[in-house]
Amino acid sequence: MRILHYWRAMAGIVGRELLRFLHQRERFVSALVRPLVWLFVFAAGFRAALGVAISPPYETYVLYEVYITPGLLGMILLFNGMQSSLSMVYDREMGSMRMLMVCPLPRWFLLCSKLIAGTAVGVLQCYAFLGIAWLYDIQAPLMGYGWILPALVLAGMMLGALGLLLSSFIKQLENFAGVMNFVIFPLFFMSTALYPLWKIKESSPLLYNLAQYNPFSQAVELIRFALYEQFNQQALIYTGAAFLLFMGAAILGYNPSRGMMVKKGG
Amino acid sequence: MRKIIISFCAAALFTASVPAETVFVTLEKDNAVAVVDPVAGALIKTVPVGQRPRGIALSQDGKTLFVATSDDDTIRMFDAETLRETGKLPSGEDPETFALSPDGKLMYVSNEDDSEVTVIDIAAQKALTKVKVGVEPEGIAVSPDNRWVISASETTNMLHWIDSKTHQIVDNTLVDPRPRAVSFTADSQQLWATSEMAGTVMVLDSAGKQIAQTIKLEVQGVSSDLIQPVGVAIDKDRRYAYVAMGPANRVAVINAQTYQVEKYLLVGQRVWNLAFSPDQKRLYTTNGVSNDISIIDLTEHKVTKSLAVGRYPWGVAVKP
Repeated sequence: MRILHYWRAMAGIVGRELLRFLHQRERFVSALVRPLVWLFVFAAGFRAALGVAISPPYETYVLYEVYITPGLLGMILLFNGMQSSLSMVYDREMGSMRMLMVCPLPRWFLLCSKLIAGTAVGVLQCYAFLGIAWLYDIQAPLMGYGWILPALVLAGMMLGALGLLLSSFIKQLENFAGVMNFVIFPLFFMSTALYPLWKIKESSPLLYNLAQYNPFSQAVELIRFALYEQFNQQALIYTGAAFLLFMGAAILGYNPSRGMMVKKGG
Repeated sequence: MRKIIISFCAAALFTASVPAETVFVTLEKDNAVAVVDPVAGALIKTVPVGQRPRGIALSQDGKTLFVATSDDDTIRMFDAETLRETGKLPSGEDPETFALSPDGKLMYVSNEDDSEVTVIDIAAQKALTKVKVGVEPEGIAVSPDNRWVISASETTNMLHWIDSKTHQIVDNTLVDPRPRAVSFTADSQQLWATSEMAGTVMVLDSAGKQIAQTIKLEVQGVSSDLIQPVGVAIDKDRRYAYVAMGPANRVAVINAQTYQVEKYLLVGQRVWNLAFSPDQKRLYTTNGVSNDISIIDLTEHKVTKSLAVGRYPWGVAVKP
């Protein structure tokens, strides 16, 4: 009975999120447009027509478009994670958050369900993006598309947890621009999504270190290796640890007696 | 762990279905030949061979490896198994490229500085004659039916048709500037030649000795002066021809029936020479500037691996 209870709650939360996603066609399209613009426009502009030097997991020279594809998958998950956090703020303003929070189940479970819901949406977007990239002749080994699933899920959960953590700090919807400037952009640009580590090292050792220890970098590398049927243990441990850290902090943050909720009076 | 299992399975699969083969690559700057196991994707060893090795070929029986050591003004013969030197051929000055007659008895060497082609009797290790050709002869090929020897003169912009019986020039064809490499189709009906300066591949009809098709190579985003086609290889059924495009870092995949370029495959920097695996399922390229070779899977037309071999890889030969 109790397990069924949990299941119903999770199905409800995930279902609501997926339904919301499916009903908002514009959101689906716009979520795809962002990485596609990067792929077709940005990558074309920076197109290293003569190839990017070999670095694992690649075994030969690749075009820039091929290089940034895993980075753009990371971008989808990053924006999606942040968007989920935005929707939490929205839910709080609209009052549906209160409804969720009074549900007689542990708070951590509700937050996890929320996270799984957001990640499911992000993973769907990633596969849609990979499908279009395939038609654009960016093709990885077939098995890679299977191996990438757990990597996308973990990366999505990690970035979603970061979003949850942030949402516990944000008081109002308007503050989201701050998230964009202070979280999304630094995470994205100081990472291996757009340029390989050795290239960053050439310009600045400080940036190199920042990029190397950026959890977003590690998530992107996890995805990149998985797409080419390889396992990056370091990236897995790093991403997993970052997930646990962010999730733990987010659960604390949503604790009404201790966390940020008290200060905000939410 | 998974990677280990996958590569183990792949290795097991390959060793079962594909006979082991060895790829030899001349390293112009290292004065050596790199020995590569392409199935395992590993450099096995590097063997010193002499000054500035460039052209390389295996004898018909696969037992002797010929290496043109340009700065030693000779072509050296090595036992293909042990890589121990077995003899030298009097190639004349600065030998760069050479071709073997289909019966394996004669060798034709381009002497770039002397504007000559030296004909060598391999068994006797003697030069039989020298044929005067145009300025800076480079590419050289013998037709599989042993009728023609073609020498391409880079500066004269000509292909010379040398009768393989009389060793006299019978005809000349004016082609696009700086012809680099020449290669016959297996049926000897067509001769393919590359023009380094025009960025074209020309297909000549052996009977008429005239250009029947000119294929212009163009890569989006790559400046046209970087498109400098060099090596050309045509598969035995004349389904596809492959052209190494020098500093464009690509190999063009040309449908040899329709003469349309189907794909440009990205490989290492300054790709010059090409060689098929014995079953023609793979193609090996030498990338002079990035110091590696690229391995192309021909069933899917995909570059599977690029492998560092040493400084300035130039020529490539494959032993079954």
